[in-house]
Amino acid sequence: MKTFSTGGVHPPENKLTANCSIQYLPLPQSVAIPVSQHIGTPANIVVNKGDSVKTGQVIAESKGFVSAFIHSSVSGKVNKIDTVIDTSGYRQTAVFIDVEGDEWVDTIDRSEEILTDIKLSSEDIIRKCLQSGIVGMGGATFPSHVKLTVPAGKKCDVLIINGVECEPYLTSDHRLMLERGEEVLIGTTILMKALNVSMALMGIENNKPDAIEHLTRLATGFKGITVYPLKVKYPQGAEKQLIKALINREVPSGRLPLDVNTVVHNVGTAFAVYEAVQKNKPLFERVVTITGKSVAKPGNYVVRTGTPVSKLIDAAGGLPEDTGKIVSGGPMMGKAITNTGVPVVKGTSGIILFPKSESERKSPEPCIRCAKCVSACALNLEPYLLMTLSEKGLFEMAGKERITDCMECGSCSYTCPAGRPLLDYIRLGKATVIKMARERVIKN
Amino acid sequence: MSNLLNVSPSPHEHGQETTRKLMTGVIIALIPAFLASVFYFGYGAIIVTATSVISCMLFEYLIQRFIFKKPVTITDGSAVVTGILLAFNLPSNIPVFIIIIGAFVSIAIAKMTFGGLGNNPFNPALVGRVFMLISFPVQMTSWPVPKGFATGYTDAITGATPLAIVKEGLKNGDTIQQLMAQVPGPAQMFLGKMGGSMGEVAAVALLIGLIYLLVKRIITWHIPVSIIGSMAIFTTILWLINPDKNADPMFHILAGGVLLGAIFMATDYVTSPMNPKTMMIYGCGIGILTVVIRVWGAYPEGVSFAILIMNAFVPLMNAFIKPKRFGEVVKNG
Repeated sequence: MKTFSTGGVHPPENKLTANCSIQYLPLPQSVAIPVSQHIGTPANIVVNKGDSVKTGQVIAESKGFVSAFIHSSVSGKVNKIDTVIDTSGYRQTAVFIDVEGDEWVDTIDRSEEILTDIKLSSEDIIRKCLQSGIVGMGGATFPSHVKLTVPAGKKCDVLIINGVECEPYLTSDHRLMLERGEEVLIGTTILMKALNVSMALMGIENNKPDAIEHLTRLATGFKGITVYPLKVKYPQGAEKQLIKALINREVPSGRLPLDVNTVVHNVGTAFAVYEAVQKNKPLFERVVTITGKSVAKPGNYVVRTGTPVSKLIDAAGGLPEDTGKIVSGGPMMGKAITNTGVPVVKGTSGIILFPKSESERKSPEPCIRCAKCVSACALNLEPYLLMTLSEKGLFEMAGKERITDCMECGSCSYTCPAGRPLLDYIRLGKATVIKMARERVIKN
Repeated sequence: MSNLLNVSPSPHEHGQETTRKLMTGVIIALIPAFLASVFYFGYGAIIVTATSVISCMLFEYLIQRFIFKKPVTITDGSAVVTGILLAFNLPSNIPVFIIIIGAFVSIAIAKMTFGGLGNNPFNPALVGRVFMLISFPVQMTSWPVPKGFATGYTDAITGATPLAIVKEGLKNGDTIQQLMAQVPGPAQMFLGKMGGSMGEVAAVALLIGLIYLLVKRIITWHIPVSIIGSMAIFTTILWLINPDKNADPMFHILAGGVLLGAIFMATDYVTSPMNPKTMMIYGCGIGILTVVIRVWGAYPEGVSFAILIMNAFVPLMNAFIKPKRFGEVVKNG
């Protein structure tokens, strides 16, 4: 069975919600929809205070190539345009809408029927993705239309669909593959058409045998799609690691998958693309896992963007008494949020409530040079060294040691027996090195 | 608000491994060799080990408490490991005061002067051992003949180690064939029935320890295998060139401290390299230097010196030999 060769760790899986079917979260009274739910330029708000909006209506327009449209996730009145603290902990501009009923834009096909025939051309699919505000649903939220636009001189010969879900706890992709497998595969076919490739490989870790079995069976009805079970290892869901595992190509340092003639999309993205292209439905809701060891009713919910996290916690039986930390995303790469008013956005794959006992770090001890961080690093960097260099402010040297290659998967900090905050320092060093490089460019 | 949330950067999950668990693992892996040394050398083995461990812990405690004035961390197990390894490198009849001096050199000079755990360039137990070897050459090279609990402590009957017999004999013009008749056979050497440092004699016990360390992923195979492998290749070449003057590879590997050194001393985290490629170079260096010292040097045994010499190269190797980064060389297909 395939996996990537270098590094990796095996955190406890804790997939508590693997058997919980996707449910619809009741609509909140109001939503706060941030205009920056993607990597790139924040969208340009096109509604005003007091405007009535419908579910699916554009409320902010894409600005520049790397940007995305934002749609209203509810129907109602724009209450205000203000700031809200998002998952990053910073204040972001958001459109606050008071919910009134649930009236959808009438171009959206709300029927249950699954549409298989793809009528749109490649260009039209890419345009549709842009207009529907599709971004990478795995968490990175990179605008999908950018990834689908192959620049002149580059070619793509294989599409990779990421169904790995290597983060512990999260099951939103798993449930989506099980319950919406056909749509995911149609979405994959649409992506193949957009990229003009005849082959798509779907990688799923073998801790989800039901999803592998289900999709393998369905895939026989689709041309060019093959499902590959993968040996469980974190961070297999990382783009470069998945490419290495599936087709044994190594994306060069600082480059993109297209440099090895491939493009990777998440299963969640494939589903969103299906809905956008076949059902005319823009991206304003997604599957979110709400989980945690002391959560009364963990589950998987379809949540409208802008819904405060507190609504999701209420649906799961309320905030457990012992909660010490709330994480948006997976436990390895997710962000700890500062309050439960933070809105769910396009990239929110899960909300994890950690009990107090698991929410505090132990105090760091001296490095014993055991080299466990070196063997855990999936990029074959030397985390102990990068940490020391950043700690001592030797950023030039850190740059030479390729600190900017780090994808911040957290395997080094996870594995360190001395509990050293390796990734904290590496992040600092990486940010500084990137800033220094930018300043150099400006100076010259 | 009573229920404040913790906010910290990712990862939010941490593995179960701790420094203390790793050190405990090493101590467990040393138990078979300790039992073997008690079996062969009786009370002496217990006295030497206990003295060494207690003095190492005591010196570390005193220095941390009264000189560093920082929290005392002797419970992390590293001083215990140093104490056991130092004891394993000594003859079982060595007087207590010499052990205490050795422990002082190991902990105070080789470890704490550099800042304590994680900062010492040389293996503390080996620094202590080599200091003792040079300062007390007689006591450090009078090896009790293994007689179990009948061995006695300071009044033990002593004899030479197989390596010393061979070194001395070759100097006197004897051939290897003649000398091999005077040393224990491979089977006896494998079980440990020979003179030597108390922890190094029983190959079988050390190999059980190695398996434990590998299974528990406390160490990787790179260092032990490259040391033993490079020694085997080098000594095979010498043996094939002149079998009258050079012992066979099996003898070289089973005699003396090769296994103790390769499994427990050279793999010391702090003083060994940090990536597999460098570990192999380091291991080969130790293997080759050991043979060079044994065959051409003044001492019959060279493992301690070889490890210390290679320890000195570790910072250089870490700085100049880099692992192949992911995405460094474009290789497709």
